[in-house]
Formats: sequence, C-alpha cells, structure tokens
Amino acid sequence: MSDIASRVKAIIVDKLGVDETEVTPEASFTNDLGADSLDTVELIMEFEKEFNIAIPDDQAENIGTVGDAVSYIEENAK
Amino acid sequence: MEFRRVVVTGLGTINPIGNSIAEYWENLENGVSGAGMITHFDASKFKTQFACEVKNFDAKEHFDRKEVRKLDLYTQYALVAVKEAMADCDLNLESEDLTKAGVIWGSGIGGIKTFLDEVKGYANGDGTPRFSPFFIPKMISDIAAGHISMKYGFQGPNYGTVSACASSSHAIIDAMNYIRLGKADIFITGGSEASVNEAGLGGFNSMQALSTNNEEYATASRPFCKSRDGFVMGEGAGCLILEEYEHAKARGAKIYAEVVGGGMSGDAYHLTATHPEGRGAINSMTMALNDANLKPEDVDYINVHGTSTPVGDIPETKAVQSVFGEHAYNLNISSTKSMTGHLLGAAGSVEAIASILAINNQTVPPTINHKEQDPEIDEKLNLTLHKAQKREIRAALSNTFGFGGHNASVIFKSFSK
Repeated sequence: MSDIASRVKAIIVDKLGVDETEVTPEASFTNDLGADSLDTVELIMEFEKEFNIAIPDDQAENIGTVGDAVSYIEENAK
Repeated sequence: MEFRRVVVTGLGTINPIGNSIAEYWENLENGVSGAGMITHFDASKFKTQFACEVKNFDAKEHFDRKEVRKLDLYTQYALVAVKEAMADCDLNLESEDLTKAGVIWGSGIGGIKTFLDEVKGYANGDGTPRFSPFFIPKMISDIAAGHISMKYGFQGPNYGTVSACASSSHAIIDAMNYIRLGKADIFITGGSEASVNEAGLGGFNSMQALSTNNEEYATASRPFCKSRDGFVMGEGAGCLILEEYEHAKARGAKIYAEVVGGGMSGDAYHLTATHPEGRGAINSMTMALNDANLKPEDVDYINVHGTSTPVGDIPETKAVQSVFGEHAYNLNISSTKSMTGHLLGAAGSVEAIASILAINNQTVPPTINHKEQDPEIDEKLNLTLHKAQKREIRAALSNTFGFGGHNASVIFKSFSK
C-alpha cells in the first residue's frame, strides 16, 4: 500500500470508528462505512489538513469511496 | 380547567457525589463533599483551583469512538443520566405512542469546551477557517435534547431551556405543564452542564462569583455561613421522567412523587445580583404555591438555591420568610450545593431529585460545612446544618435562580392516590 493510501486509511479508521479491514478501495463512505453528510465533510477536511491541499467543494462531491480519495490526493498532493 | 396530574416515574444522575441515584442519595444523606482539586485541566494559574468534578467517568464505557467525538461532555453527561432514568422507569418503547413522548432539557451554557477548542484552533491557525462540521451541532445548548430524542425515538415536543442556573427547573416546569395540558403523556426532562474548563472557570472567576478558598477546598461550599466567599463549580446531569398519572397507573409504574406546581419570575434588577429583598424569589415561590394549590403550611422542606454567596443566600432566606411567615421556622431548609457544588444549568435537576428522594426517605439532606452564623440570617431558621434530619415531608419546594434574574421554583408532593 502506498504511503498516501495508508495515511488515508488511518484517518478513516479514526474518524469513522470502523475496522481497518472494512476500509477497502471500493468502500463507499456513506453506503459501507456509515458516514453521514457531516462525517464526509469532516473527512475531506482531515485529508486537506493531512496532505496540505485544498479540495474544492465541486471536487469533494466526487470523492465517494476510499479509492476516490486516494487517487485524488495522489494527483493533487504536492 | 381541570389539569391532568403529573408524576415522577424515573430518576437518573451523574454528579460530583454520585454516578447513580443510589450513590447520590447515600452521599447526600451522609453529608459528603464532592469538592477536590481540579483534574480536568491545569488550573495552577487560576484564582480558583478546585471544583466539584464528576468522578470515575470514562466516556468510552458509555459511547463508541465515533459517537463520542460528536458529543460535548455536557451531552455525554445528559445521555448517561437519561439512560439510568429510562431503565428506572421501565417504559416499554415498543408499545408507547412516541409522538406523545417529549424531551425538554436544560443547560445554562451548552458545549463550552467544544466552543473553546474550536475557537482556539482557529486563533492558533493562519486564519484559514477549519472549523469542524460538528462544531455547531456539538456546542449548541439544545443538542442534548436532540440526541436524547434520537436515542429513544421520542417524537413529541423537543427543545432546550436556557436560563443560566434555573435552566433545568424551567425544563421540569415546562414538561409538567405540557403533560397537564395534554400535549404529551411522558417527558424526559432535566439538565446537564460541563463547564469545569479554562473558559468556564476563568469566566466565573473574573466575575468574582467563585470561592477562592483553595486551602479549605473541601469545605469551601458553605451556604449561609458568615465566612463563605463564593460558589464552588460543579458539573453533571440529572434526569427526571415525568408522566401523566393515569398513563403511569395503567402500566403499573413505580411513582416517586407528584409534581404539583411551578413558579417562574424575573428579578428585573441586575445582571448577576439577586434583588436584595428577594423580590423575584418571592414571586416565584408564591406562584409555585398557588399553582400547586397549596398553603405555605403544607410545605415541609425547601431545597434552596443557596449558592454560598452572600448576595444570593441572604435575600433568599428573606424571601422564604416573606412567603412562609411564621411557618418558615417549622420548615427544614437545606442547600445541597454544600455537597454537590453548583451544577449551574443542571442544578435544578439534581436538586429536584434531592427533594424527591427527601420525600421518599422522609429525610432532609443537610447543609454541610457551616461554621459560623451570619448575623444577616435569622438564627431561628432550621438550615439543617451538618447532619441529615428525619421528619415528615409532605411537600418539598426546590428553588433555582439564574444570572439574568431568572427564578424558578418547583414543588413535589408525596404521592397519594
């Protein structure tokens, strides 16, 4: 697993209180990991902080799964 | 108009002298002080370095990790007290009409720790706003009522009351009135507060409202005593389940007491000081007696607001004498804040519980820590000093007064069919 993927996973485990094994690339924050709309906003903010990036709202809307988050950050993190 | 009767069918608490109703009563009866040096944060730079903190509370024992991050401590205390009361009242949620089940919950300040942490984070940053999406729904002082309703599915009237240290008394009175009027059959009510933190302590310290008697912290909460120097901050929650009498009877519920009257008034006088002659307190107690259809002689115990400040204690005893006349000398009066400290918005709820338990046990919990008679307080009043007293208690009145001049008095009566 890439460094980015493992850091993303750690944030998700911490914020959503889920088990590490549930955090697969296909897992949807809302459908599989029990996140509501506020949880999702919080996750995006944590990614921004951890990777020192700004994720615009229209881009954030497209980040629905763990894999989406990892790819977005891989493309945009400095 | 004939009102429906309202009874108390469940109790729960977490407070500085008890993490359950049984423990709370045992310590009330034995006159145990809940004060200690502050452990929640480093208070070494504060004028006051002690408080009545809740002890042995571990949020992880009550909430899962994801849940706990969304709950300010004041809401955590609320949910813990509600859980005990709901188990105690033994309501079958499956067969209840939950649209007739409401929640009215008081908190003077709400999530002050959440506010402090979030604003601190912003102030320490580079100006980029990174407020948590949970900041507002964690902090607001109505959110405890919201969480309680979600937990138990109560879909009736739902809101928070805010009147500083009278908040949870107002909650109890509102709940009583809505049941009387048929707007609901059952209420989870009470209040919670969790402000033993830098902002809470620092703010009250600056007002010179708190005792700074760090050396004698265990006995610093000494209502009516000449040497008192301010209140001692407490924290925690108290929960009462109020239920329409026929509803309680039909399901064979245990009944602790009847809630028979509420009085409310405004001092219209000063931000923080009580009216010197206790004008608002007189009006509040008088309204409660009238609402309960009781004469002063029908009351045997008053759980006073009695915060351990001269500006509060003296006018309150004057007000009691003005309302109760000669009967004031037959009353037992006590301030359980001498043991619990001042739970601010939760004070009304834990003191209502103390009043109800006093009726159930026919025992008046004491005013502890009293050392020296205050010449401004009539020495013939029975302030129930040092030790609990056994006596007949037919009805008990609980007073709470909040900054802003909000006064609320609630009367509980020994239950009889």
